[in-house]
Amino acid sequence: MRDLFGCVSLGRHYPRGGCLSAMKEQNILKDPYNIIITGVGGQGSVMASRVLSNMLSLYGFKITIGETFGASQRGGSVMSHIRVSGCGTWSPQIPKGRANLVVALEPVESLRVLMTYGNPEICILANIRPTYPVGVIAGDLSYPEPEDIDKTLHTLAGQVLLIDATKEAVELGNPILSNIIMIGAVCGLGLLPIGVKEFRSVIQNMIPAKHLEINVIAFELGQRKSIVKIE
Amino acid sequence: MSKLLEKKIGTSHLLMGNEAIVRGALEAGVNVAAGYPGTPSSEIVESLSKIAKKMGLYVEWSVNEKVSLEVAAAASFANLRALCPMKQNGVNVASDFLLHLALSGIRGGLVLVSCDDPGALSSVNEGESRHFARLLEIPLLEPGNFQEAKDMTKWAFELSEEIKSVVMLRSVTRMSHASGSVMFGPLPETGRKAYFKSDGFILDLETGPVISAPVGYRHPIQQGKIKKVREIFEESPFNTYEGPEISDLLIITSSACTLYSREAIHLLCLADRVGLLKLGTTWPLPPKLLKKYLATTDKILIVEEVLPFLEEHVKVIAAEEAKEIGAKTFYGKNDGTIPMNGELNPDIVVKALSHIMGVPNEPMAPEYEKKAQLVAFTMAPNREQTFCPGCPHRASFWNIHKALQLDNRQGFVCGDIGCYSMAAIPAGFSTIRTLHSMGSGLGVASGFGKLDMFGMNQPVLAVCGDSTFFHAVLPPLVNAIHHQANVTLVVLDNSGTAMTGFQPHPGLNVDAMGDKAPNLDIAEICRVMGANVEIRDPFNLEATQSTLNQLMTESGVKVLILRQVCALSPEKKGKKKFKMQIDKEKCIGTDCGCNRFCTRILRCPGLVWDKDEKKAWIDEVICAGCGICSDVCPSGAIIREEVV
Repeated sequence: MRDLFGCVSLGRHYPRGGCLSAMKEQNILKDPYNIIITGVGGQGSVMASRVLSNMLSLYGFKITIGETFGASQRGGSVMSHIRVSGCGTWSPQIPKGRANLVVALEPVESLRVLMTYGNPEICILANIRPTYPVGVIAGDLSYPEPEDIDKTLHTLAGQVLLIDATKEAVELGNPILSNIIMIGAVCGLGLLPIGVKEFRSVIQNMIPAKHLEINVIAFELGQRKSIVKIE
Repeated sequence: MSKLLEKKIGTSHLLMGNEAIVRGALEAGVNVAAGYPGTPSSEIVESLSKIAKKMGLYVEWSVNEKVSLEVAAAASFANLRALCPMKQNGVNVASDFLLHLALSGIRGGLVLVSCDDPGALSSVNEGESRHFARLLEIPLLEPGNFQEAKDMTKWAFELSEEIKSVVMLRSVTRMSHASGSVMFGPLPETGRKAYFKSDGFILDLETGPVISAPVGYRHPIQQGKIKKVREIFEESPFNTYEGPEISDLLIITSSACTLYSREAIHLLCLADRVGLLKLGTTWPLPPKLLKKYLATTDKILIVEEVLPFLEEHVKVIAAEEAKEIGAKTFYGKNDGTIPMNGELNPDIVVKALSHIMGVPNEPMAPEYEKKAQLVAFTMAPNREQTFCPGCPHRASFWNIHKALQLDNRQGFVCGDIGCYSMAAIPAGFSTIRTLHSMGSGLGVASGFGKLDMFGMNQPVLAVCGDSTFFHAVLPPLVNAIHHQANVTLVVLDNSGTAMTGFQPHPGLNVDAMGDKAPNLDIAEICRVMGANVEIRDPFNLEATQSTLNQLMTESGVKVLILRQVCALSPEKKGKKKFKMQIDKEKCIGTDCGCNRFCTRILRCPGLVWDKDEKKAWIDEVICAGCGICSDVCPSGAIIREEVV
């Protein structure tokens, strides 16, 4: 297996050692740990990346987020890059082949990012509910079958977890909650040292109080989904 | 409470670059902020408007960038501190006033924040504002990380006040819309009183009138300021060097490229061979500082986005100092090492470094890359931009498209800047055929509308949004009416500056700070100016299309206002007017003869073609319930049921 982080000569801005130990606990697998949240405009990926980042920030990690949003994202692919580190600010764009975790709010978006950011050890967490591109709707392009997506992801990733987050969210009363279910699922994976306590403390500053409990329910539901699947 | 108002000094917060700029302005004791929304700058005035009352600030969304700079300048003339954020294109709009402002000088600290968009992630050009700083002879600062975005903004006010000149702080999308840790400094008490002292001697800079003339007197003063700034920049802590004392290669960079360059050096393990000179003060460049670092190496790579601004000016310094520091080899835009367009990223810098240093670089195992590329190309269908489900623009352009088809004289639309710019692509039935700057749609249409004497008989339409109408469409409207151009202006009024997040504009009865404000009625304005005005709901397809067809046959300036609130507006979002469903009996699929009008042409993300069943279906998760597809289906198979 190729060692992706084999570099030993670090500049003074990325001190070796001392960096991880400066954190409360040594509990990220790589420094920086690179997360991509991807989806389609309107799915709440920006919200998801801010929630997750603020949760990690509470834990003492230094976070750099790169986002793309605005008019170019109407109906298009939307991506947030999150760099989790004990040492400092990294590029807001993850270098090629270096994502550690992909959270896809839409299944083919997980396939799309692998071309640029994938590697054999990558962990992929994807919502299986498709949002069809207009080219597919118009009949110009075709959309892959769910089982093919599943099979292909397994050939390109180290760990794959698929969740029907939209279905669960609809059952909770609002499809937009699928992004929070996915964040819950990220936490259920056990790759990052954060849970419902951090979620509560972050989300309460971001939404009206009346929506707090349903968001916590969605988060915990997502958490259970990924814990169960891992077991 | 907004975290931007945190009083505790030394606390660290995860802030967007734009928020860091806001905090910097607050730490500088800013009093007034004025701007016009534009990605990626909008969050600056947006954040300030929310805390304005609490902090005793005056914040406004001005009608356009030129006016916003004039409003901010007035505050400065009255000895207050003022911030004026805008998208790069806004600097073009403001530049006429800016050139005079640079000459006249200012009183209180005045900082112009330009947010550039290299790669045009949310723009229709990738022009940049750095060149304005040189052209106008004003200082230019560029933060290289989020902490600096805050610290530099604060310092920009001090510098501005010290040299009595407007200071430009330039950000880019990957700085403004990226986030990182920022440590807070103290928030000062702002006790400034506004008073405009102007009765002094005409040539007195402190007490006289603020004017740009006499140029022969003012221009040398302004150039003297730039000379002084150059000296200040020589010692600036915002210019940093990291790396070996003598390097095999020196990277000179600024802004977000600093983060890309540093990561590239790290990825290739070149920290002991490559130096990184990061410049925060990029106009005027500090020559002594550059000379010092140019002397430590033979090879220099300049990493910057779009045009070679740093490269050309560093080369001038290198040429002037060549006698002492020797001839250097430069890598950058000119030799093609770094692309001349688009935004950069760590990978582009890695590639450049690997090439120059002869260090192998393989970010991805070739076999994996091949497989992943094949998967992306064959299994991830391209996601073309489109209007949101329920967007009034889809209906408006459907109507325009149908009316133009029926008219059959090869009419076309001159486009403008907003979400509706997407009508240049199939999302809006490719009806837009010219697209340039704010207000240019009607300006160009006004010209087309006078070409009948040369035999042109195509109907000419122009579109603009409600916010754009006030920003830059009024002058071309005056022009078209006065010159009796034959043109139909369609105002796509969705009740807000929708593309950038529903900022208010003069057509609404609320201002940036949430106070009630008198609203200007677009229809009345057009009427009193002399245009024939009609108002329709674009969701009423039949009425809109027949009105358009009628207006296209009339001469002179006609205005059709298509009024329907944006589907993402707070009042509409998440609420469906209609529950839509397909009557599977009535949908006769491919036998219909319409060749899938519903999905092939309308292309709404909420209405999907089931290729197995050969019938349309409504994706309820995505459908916004606007109901227009019901009118598009010739078989009446799309049923709308009003949601009570």
